[in-house]
Amino acid sequence: MRRLRMMIAADTASQRSMQASRRQVLAGLGGFIIALGMGGRLAHAAAIEKDAGFVPNVFIRVAHDGHVKVISSYLEMGQGTFTGLATMAAEELDVGIDQVTVEAAPADLAYANPKFGIQGTGGSTAMAGAWDKMRPAAATARAMLLTAAGKRWRVPVEQLTVERGVVHHVASGRSAGYGDFVDAAMRMAVPTTVEVKKPDQYRLLGRPGTRRIDVAAKVDGSAIYTQDQKLPDMLVAVMAHPPKLWGKVAAVDAEAALAVPGVVAVVEVPGDDDVQGGVAVLARNTWVAMRGRDALNIRWDGTKAPRIDTAEMAKRFEDLSKTPGRVALTRGKILTDRPSGGTTIEAIYHQPFLAHAPMEPMNCLVHIEGDRCTIWNGEQNHTIDQVNAAKELGIPTDHVAINQLYAGGSFGRRANPRSDFVREAVRIAREARKKGIGVPIKMVWMREDDMRMTQYRPQTVHNAVIQLDGDGKIASWHHRIVGASFTKVTAPDGIDHMLLEGIEDMPYAIPNLRLEQHNPEDTYVPTQWLRSVGHTHSAFVGETLIDEAARAAKADPYQYRRAMLLKGDPRQLGVLDLVAQRSGWGRPLAEGADGTRRARGIALQQAFGTYVAQVVEVSLHQDGSYAVDRVYCSVDCGTVINPDIVMAQIEGGTGFGLSFLRQAITIKDGAVQQGNFNDYPVLRMDAMPPVEVSIIPSTAKPTGVGEPGVPLIAPAVVNAIASLTGKSIHALPLPAEIEL
Amino acid sequence: MPLLWYLRDEISFTGTKFGCGMALCGACTVHLNGDPVRSCQMPVGDVGDRQITTIEAMSSDRIGKAVQDAWIAEQVPQCGYCQSGQIMSATALLRVKAAPSDEDIDAALSGNICRCATYRRIRTAVHKAAQELR
Repeated sequence: MRRLRMMIAADTASQRSMQASRRQVLAGLGGFIIALGMGGRLAHAAAIEKDAGFVPNVFIRVAHDGHVKVISSYLEMGQGTFTGLATMAAEELDVGIDQVTVEAAPADLAYANPKFGIQGTGGSTAMAGAWDKMRPAAATARAMLLTAAGKRWRVPVEQLTVERGVVHHVASGRSAGYGDFVDAAMRMAVPTTVEVKKPDQYRLLGRPGTRRIDVAAKVDGSAIYTQDQKLPDMLVAVMAHPPKLWGKVAAVDAEAALAVPGVVAVVEVPGDDDVQGGVAVLARNTWVAMRGRDALNIRWDGTKAPRIDTAEMAKRFEDLSKTPGRVALTRGKILTDRPSGGTTIEAIYHQPFLAHAPMEPMNCLVHIEGDRCTIWNGEQNHTIDQVNAAKELGIPTDHVAINQLYAGGSFGRRANPRSDFVREAVRIAREARKKGIGVPIKMVWMREDDMRMTQYRPQTVHNAVIQLDGDGKIASWHHRIVGASFTKVTAPDGIDHMLLEGIEDMPYAIPNLRLEQHNPEDTYVPTQWLRSVGHTHSAFVGETLIDEAARAAKADPYQYRRAMLLKGDPRQLGVLDLVAQRSGWGRPLAEGADGTRRARGIALQQAFGTYVAQVVEVSLHQDGSYAVDRVYCSVDCGTVINPDIVMAQIEGGTGFGLSFLRQAITIKDGAVQQGNFNDYPVLRMDAMPPVEVSIIPSTAKPTGVGEPGVPLIAPAVVNAIASLTGKSIHALPLPAEIEL
Repeated sequence: MPLLWYLRDEISFTGTKFGCGMALCGACTVHLNGDPVRSCQMPVGDVGDRQITTIEAMSSDRIGKAVQDAWIAEQVPQCGYCQSGQIMSATALLRVKAAPSDEDIDAALSGNICRCATYRRIRTAVHKAAQELR
């Protein structure tokens, strides 16, 4: 398990080179020829149904009626991955996207994410990974079906064309659907190389008008999420979690709970360092389970629970930030003295814990039968959850089968590296079996469980000292980050790069740079990645500091960024210039009524290989309240699979990031103080600005868009506000009223 | 028992979603005699002889169908979990206001949270449905 965990965040550079060597791309005549190291074999042949038809590899099945089934290694949690995969497959197979259905893959390393080495969805990697997997897989299927057609009709394959899955030989007037060649293709050897299309051959990739394949089921209520999954005799389990993080059950009096009609059992769920545990009430339906949970009489032992206090933690982190940390990056030599005629910027930033708060609270359905276990889940971390579930039960890993369902959001939450909620559900089922209950059990967390007993984006302190020279240029940048690490065991150099991303790869020319980090191990707060991970906090710091430098240099923040940009990365400049042009940067903004002042703010970041720049228009009212009036985004994500989904993700990511201006999870004496949307505010419709997204055309390899839309909006808004007030803002969430 | 759990667990109408249990998010919105209500706060025993309509019936509702079609045309959903509630709130709005303004839409739908932040598309889709219905 430890080894698997380590693989999650293994050094991405070495992963990239592995990937490059695995994939040999040769210039071909019609397209790109890809040597097929892919195709893979499933651990369980049984995972492919008997009448699957033509199965040239683990990703594509062509049925006897010509219907194409695409197998997705990835979770569909809203980011549009199913549609992206279907589009790639339909493109290479020359079928319509309406002739393709997408099915979730079983947990199997044949579906490993090429970047992680395990099967999981995250890091905005799906389209990049599928680019080298799904396209050749589909192209292979097409090539084999055409070979079969050519043989049967005794014509050269080069003379065949395909339209909507129908093979045509124009000269002889023959036509037949793919389905007619399925049996013949099934008997053929899989070729070792295959051509994929060139950009000028695309019919679907990058073209507008391809609709998401999951939308119809999501507007009529028929899409099935874990919350909706039912099985015969299934019980629902609702948890009584400890009132304080890591509290333990001292004693349970279940009498009143068991007296609630419909309550079937009360089981104690052991907690440990990874799983909170507590007491589960099992009932015929959710409401009865909730009432049973409320009727429990539990004596909690909080004596061993750490007295977590986030305010105290902030002080401690700030103190730590003033001491040397582990050096993650050095370039040149840090200047301790201000250059003559220059300026020193010193800043300490505070950002809080955040909860993911997806609309669907965590849940998981588990059925244990003998030495086998079946799980239904909005599964984001397949093979790790599989290993961890098997460990919970002491059964072989391949005895755990996982059915991946749609997830009602996740934002990273459903991919917990320690499988916290999946293991809690498995434990409930395991403990219930000891009481003779062997039926399927669906664990349903309430919103409060999902807020108070969850996994959080780490609280951080950033401490930066920047020296500007007499020309206002950055001469030296000394930066320390303090934050708990959820991956530090994984990085070969002992540095948590997920905490540093966005700072360690800032796009600006900084001759003298030192980056240090502290990873306090005694915070006791469960943490994990949140949509855009380190960028959630680093972009706010880096991009507001650049604005401060620009203000100190009395320079326009757009022009200052332009001048400070590292040479040699035209994509940074591309998105920056495009957003400035689209937003009318430099042109005066109309003043608001009643003394409301308005300003633009700008920010720039590359995250997960995708470049995004944003300009916002902000109104600052006389009472210190503010509104985000309009947002412009430019994005360069390489080859665009589906432009409408790119726009939707960047727009949605922006809305997600806007919530950061107002959110905080705070903890006092071990108890999380927020429980629901009344005290953990999220963006609502009335505060959502229009977001214009401009996409830079590109033929580079695609990169992801699920996350990169998130991090820039907070710094862009703060930059706009600070340009009006002249006062720097170094903490999130923002106060309800800005100090004018 | 709240109507939400009756619908979902007892009669398997799972299109109506559980999101917060406190009428804060709108995912559980259904129609009670055509008016939007949060089913997580509506005891099933209080329904009486009033008519309950859920997302599952919207395709046979003139306004509901127009809203669903607009949702598809504008490609609104991402994760989709909140969209049943959004559509129920939007349909109820269009029933009483044939040509809602942006402010009307904000007022009617600000109780419906979408963590994917599909709000702008929702607003466009409501206007589109209103136009189609005219």
